[in-house]
Amino acid sequence: MGASVFYLVAFLSIFFALMVIFAKNPVHSVLYLIVTFFTFTVHYILLNAQFLAVVNFIVYMGAIMVLFLFVLMLLNLNKENEPLKSGLVKILGIVAGCCLVVTLVGSLKATAISNPLVLQNADLGLVKNLGKELFGPFMLPFELSSILLLTAMVGAVLLTKKEKV
Amino acid sequence: MDISFVIEKFILVVILFGLSLVIAMYSTYAERKVAAFLQDRLGPDRAGPAGMFQPLADGLKMFMKEEIIPTDSNKWLFMVGPGLAMLTACIGTAVIPWGSPINVGGRIIPLQVTDINVGVLYIFGVVSLSVYGVMIGGWASNNKYSLLSAIRAASQNISYEVAMGLSIIALLLVTNTLSLKEIVENQHGWHWNVLYQPLGFILFIVCAFAETNRAPFDLPECETELIGGYHTEYSSMKLGFYLFAEYINMFVSSAVMSTLYFGGYNYPGMDWVLIYTGPVIAPLIGTAVLFAKIFAFIFFFMWVRWTIPRFRYDQLMHLGWKILMPLAIANVIITGLVIAIVEKF
Repeated sequence: MGASVFYLVAFLSIFFALMVIFAKNPVHSVLYLIVTFFTFTVHYILLNAQFLAVVNFIVYMGAIMVLFLFVLMLLNLNKENEPLKSGLVKILGIVAGCCLVVTLVGSLKATAISNPLVLQNADLGLVKNLGKELFGPFMLPFELSSILLLTAMVGAVLLTKKEKV
Repeated sequence: MDISFVIEKFILVVILFGLSLVIAMYSTYAERKVAAFLQDRLGPDRAGPAGMFQPLADGLKMFMKEEIIPTDSNKWLFMVGPGLAMLTACIGTAVIPWGSPINVGGRIIPLQVTDINVGVLYIFGVVSLSVYGVMIGGWASNNKYSLLSAIRAASQNISYEVAMGLSIIALLLVTNTLSLKEIVENQHGWHWNVLYQPLGFILFIVCAFAETNRAPFDLPECETELIGGYHTEYSSMKLGFYLFAEYINMFVSSAVMSTLYFGGYNYPGMDWVLIYTGPVIAPLIGTAVLFAKIFAFIFFFMWVRWTIPRFRYDQLMHLGWKILMPLAIANVIITGLVIAIVEKF
């Protein structure tokens, strides 16, 4: 049962991810992206990573995507005022896309050879265990990433205050 | 997974859903009566004794009205908006413990749909999602006023989520758990969290007002500036859903506040009652107490609405970012320091 649920959700993830690209209207793209993130949340739940699931839910679906939608609604983009892309840009896009496909195929082939990763502790994703891991063996990277976030925050505040300094 | 478990949960979900709708329905009546009381009027008194059937009449009116979908609107999203608002309003009740488990002939039935160990975060996630109904509906209406309202709702929601999240972090430092069931059990016997987190509670309730779009934070539906706000173009039951969702949100946030800060179903003399009335009646009394707390909060919501005038938009942002957020951070630091000192000595 677990496997069939996984395949269904994986199919939905890829389907909605493709819809993000194919949707003509940018606001529709963002809405499809929100659904894609929701399927990721389901993936985390299937892996028993409840904390990660709910954080993905709050941060990506609840905060970041609201801001995306906010900006797109303010810009009010539509087909009429979208700038036409030149032929050169299109060719460059095709080349970049092909490079990405080659990289992905290469990396997928590499994972097929290696042994499947077996999770030793199925409850690793619960809050308590995750917290013990983060504040135990991974203390330094965790604190460093918090400093990184703080730096970004200070930078953002500074940018908005530019004219007053 | 046995079949009785599924039936048990199904019945609980149906009861909760029905209860949310009925409470939301009668909240509209209560709101009009409270407003009338505060303004020295009578309020609705024609339909039934003391106007008791007014919500039924209003509901019927909503269903019977003509359904209008604006020509230049995005039809699909225009319909999704109110549905999403209702959905996000209703799913919050799933993790709230509505009473201590009932013991019927040796079988223990928990009065909670599910006890996930990240219950507090689940509630927070549902709250952060609730803005989509307003945003999508406002944008799909293809109306400048609706769009402005949607954008206001989004920025207000994001701003107050920050302070709300920080006030929850301070609470979690005290409770040491994210499971709502354990949070309620820890508050047994006058250990109500509001006594340990008074500042956190005040921050939380202010943010709850902002997140439910209630006055004085109802900027997205500010009539003087935006006509009807995000539901300007809506008619019939779609409008009804938006108005309904607001009242369900109010009910759920009242339940969350009672659970997190006011002991949930705990009340003084609980153990004594349990001994004298048995394991079936006592939990139900606890549930009744929880609902009394919820109704008190709903009354408070209405009281504030008819007492305090609406904020100006810049005042709203100033309050959210420059007053509530620093206070919430200070609250986290002070709570952490006190806990560290208490544990040391």
